[in-house]
Amino acid sequence: MTDIAAPTTATPPAGDAPAESDGESHGLSHATSTGISNEKLAMWTFLGSECLLFGGLISTYLLYKDKAVHGPRPKDLYAIPFTSVSSFVLLMSSLTMVLAVSAIQRGDHRALRSWLATTALLGAVFISGQVYEFTVFVKEGLGFTTNAAGSAFFTLTGFHGVHVTLGIVMLISTLVLSLRGRLPQERAEAVEIVGLYWHFVDVVWILIFTVVYLIK
Amino acid sequence: MSDATATAIPHDAEGNVEVMAHHGPSDVHYVRIAVLLGVLTAIEVALSYAGLPIKLEIGLLLFVMAIKFVTVASHFMHLKFDDKMLTKIFYTGLILASGVYLAALSSLHLFAK
Repeated sequence: MTDIAAPTTATPPAGDAPAESDGESHGLSHATSTGISNEKLAMWTFLGSECLLFGGLISTYLLYKDKAVHGPRPKDLYAIPFTSVSSFVLLMSSLTMVLAVSAIQRGDHRALRSWLATTALLGAVFISGQVYEFTVFVKEGLGFTTNAAGSAFFTLTGFHGVHVTLGIVMLISTLVLSLRGRLPQERAEAVEIVGLYWHFVDVVWILIFTVVYLIK
Repeated sequence: MSDATATAIPHDAEGNVEVMAHHGPSDVHYVRIAVLLGVLTAIEVALSYAGLPIKLEIGLLLFVMAIKFVTVASHFMHLKFDDKMLTKIFYTGLILASGVYLAALSSLHLFAK
């Protein structure tokens, strides 16, 4: 696994002319034909594929949301005010994440750590809300295997929750690297890439909140 | 033959690549975007309680959702300020996914009356 805290200067082979790229260079450690770092391109490509994953899960929910031979349907149990607050928390975590990226880009490591910790905390609050919602649903008689609607709902929101949890792990890992002095300003892109994942998780929740919770 | 508009990767005196920080909008801009997103979320919730005709409600909710989606992708994810190739990659995946699943859902009569 690549040490993301390592300095990123690269010496081109002797005799080779520096490669030219179309578009702006953004702190690249080596020449690429696209002008974008490989790590950033990989994350965006990954996020493009994640659209397919969540598209499938949302589609499955749409097909099964009324399929309940017995037990309640998820939409019978929604607490929209509570979920609205959860949504707002996750939205604000996107703000703190982008402020963390901005902080490391200007070399403010204290602010970076504060914003990373805040983002992770807000993510944890969101997950807590989800867990609470799941326990309420189970108490009301809707479990993962109660009916097809329940299975589809828990699979969709569960997968999203796992993504958020993994995002929290990434945030804490980044914070620890910074605390150990292994995340210099030159590695701001690493924080930006973590931020891309986090914002995508937020964007998916924007979709889920509207399609699953709000649209009757 | 080099493209006159291509940007060479900057190198220092020893031939090593110089690493530059990418600077985007100010923090105030991000806070404004967050406030906008909060307001849009409130509008969405209000719409769901407004008792509008169902098709109008769905249309408006999807419209507001799309605005929030594009706003986060453009500003927080920096698509607006980054290389256009990233925009193409992300939205290609999104459009492909949307098209595939809309076609699948249509074939399963999800949208039929």
